[in-house]
Amino acid sequence: MKQQQLRIPMPVRYLINAALFAAFLLVGNLLVEGRVISSYYAKVIVLIGINIILTVSLNVATGYLGQLPLGHAGFMAVGAYASAIFLTHTSIPIGIAFPMGIALGGIVAGIVGILIGIPALRLKGDYLAIITLGFGEIIRVILLNIDSVLGFKLTYGAASLKNIPKETSFFSTYLCVGIVCFLIHAMMKSRHGRAILSVRENEIAAESCGINLTYYKTLGFTASAFFAGVAGALYASYLGILNPSGFGFMKSIEILVMVVLGGMGSMLGSVVSATVLTAVPEMLRAFSDYRMIVYSLLLIVVMIFKPSGLLGQYDFSLSRTLESIFRRKPTRHPADAANAEGGEA
Amino acid sequence: MSVFSTILRQIINGLQSGSIYALVALGYSMVYGIIMLLNFAHGDIIMVGAYIAWLCMARFALNPVLAILFAIIGCVLLGVSIEKVAYKPLRNSPRISLLITAIGISFLLENAAQMIFGAGAQVIPPFFTVPSPSIGSVEIPGTAIVTIAVTALSMVALTLLIQKTKMGKAMRAVSEDTGAAQLMGININRTISFTFAIGSALAGIGSVLYCTAYPQATATMGSMLGLKAFVAAVLGGIGSIPGAMIGGFAIGLAEALVSAVGLSVWKDGVVFAILIIVLLVKPTGILGRSMTEKV
Repeated sequence: MKQQQLRIPMPVRYLINAALFAAFLLVGNLLVEGRVISSYYAKVIVLIGINIILTVSLNVATGYLGQLPLGHAGFMAVGAYASAIFLTHTSIPIGIAFPMGIALGGIVAGIVGILIGIPALRLKGDYLAIITLGFGEIIRVILLNIDSVLGFKLTYGAASLKNIPKETSFFSTYLCVGIVCFLIHAMMKSRHGRAILSVRENEIAAESCGINLTYYKTLGFTASAFFAGVAGALYASYLGILNPSGFGFMKSIEILVMVVLGGMGSMLGSVVSATVLTAVPEMLRAFSDYRMIVYSLLLIVVMIFKPSGLLGQYDFSLSRTLESIFRRKPTRHPADAANAEGGEA
Repeated sequence: MSVFSTILRQIINGLQSGSIYALVALGYSMVYGIIMLLNFAHGDIIMVGAYIAWLCMARFALNPVLAILFAIIGCVLLGVSIEKVAYKPLRNSPRISLLITAIGISFLLENAAQMIFGAGAQVIPPFFTVPSPSIGSVEIPGTAIVTIAVTALSMVALTLLIQKTKMGKAMRAVSEDTGAAQLMGININRTISFTFAIGSALAGIGSVLYCTAYPQATATMGSMLGLKAFVAAVLGGIGSIPGAMIGGFAIGLAEALVSAVGLSVWKDGVVFAILIIVLLVKPTGILGRSMTEKV
């Protein structure tokens, strides 16, 4: 009974996290707007945010659902182009159009995710990896050539889509990071999230417990594609110029490296590895030639020595940490273990 | 007449690139058959072979025969050492880890080559000159004839090796059931290494043949070639050797036909579309065996 009183109730947990996040957003925004952080570092920080969304979104498909899609850059490209085409053609004021563009990028990428997911998810393992790779490459080839074949003036192919309004700021990026992380967290805590985790653990056992494999696989895959589209839309307005060659197989692998190093199935791991792997190369510009070599070596070494990634499936929970600090006896209450945040179901 | 000659020329082109795809696809197929791994690094072994040939001929001015020999030996050594260093420790890990490691190796080779040799293409001098005979008004490139002949010979040799020798029997046994093969006294490690060696040797031959058709070496030449060869392996039925040959020729001819009707920018898209259709209609490929899932 005494230990039960030490538990922080659910609404308070959410309030603490929301308040800390709002404070982070405001302070960060003040620092960036007030030019305390130079515009170069501000740009790096925004890029980190975009990569966090990408990594967390791929983590849904790789870490939680247990599949290995190799076409994640394709979904990002779809979201980026959808938002960029919308923003360059609309006459709605940019303040309203930009959030609409982000939502549109996510929705179009999500629809493409459903269209690809339904046939692709019938396959497993290696074959799924290959078919998503194929779809990713087809998306790139289509974006590159569709104008010249159909006579549109939409993607401008290899000539690049230019003059996209550069609206992505610290505030908009990290607001999206927060919303995406919260949505994924909430989804994974729900009944649907547990079903997705059970598909990862054992498909046959999950199916025999009455879980609709096709539905939950498509759900996880589509969510992953949707958030990749959001990241793509932010990326489009971050760069201001889009070229299909930036969304090739290499980009997909780069995102995968971030997920794998952080730990498949750990949101904290994704956030940390996206931050480190984006920030470190920027800080060490002089060594940029070696960046990809270090990436690939890291990937191999981590796979050989710790196949579950650096953090495994561990996830951080502020409330849980606070509780264990306030508690005299650090013994864990069974209810606490059941509520443990993270990928362990 | 001109339509006929265009078609004939494209068919020959298709057969030439198809033979290279088939040789590379065999490597994918054999490795998949034996350890169920998609060896993503296989395409990059070809790239390394091309660079070795370039080094031997352009830098050290060696005899082309020696250059070809060194390229093939280099590929074999590389393939076997990749297996020993990166894949062997993971033999009992989840398949997804093995796959990610293979992607990592592929990335490592590409970026290392880019760092050592630069991003630009290195031009490889011709290995040999062959007269080009003509049929009617169509001139058949001598390199195409050599490529197709070498591929046919390699495949006959490979089939004999797998069907008639003791090592071939061991390879078939390991791919059928690793545990049972081990109990029968087959040395699993040696058999797997041998499979990688054969696959890499075929990649080395493919690399030399590729360089006769497109005489330059770049760091990323292997990735697209490897992917297409992989598509060929899947199309024919992964794990099946005649399947890899059929798949290779089919992909080569399909590409040539797409180019012939003037849609060459969609060439890569068509190859992947074929892959997707095959995977959806018959995931085991043309000659693949279907596997039932055990609970």
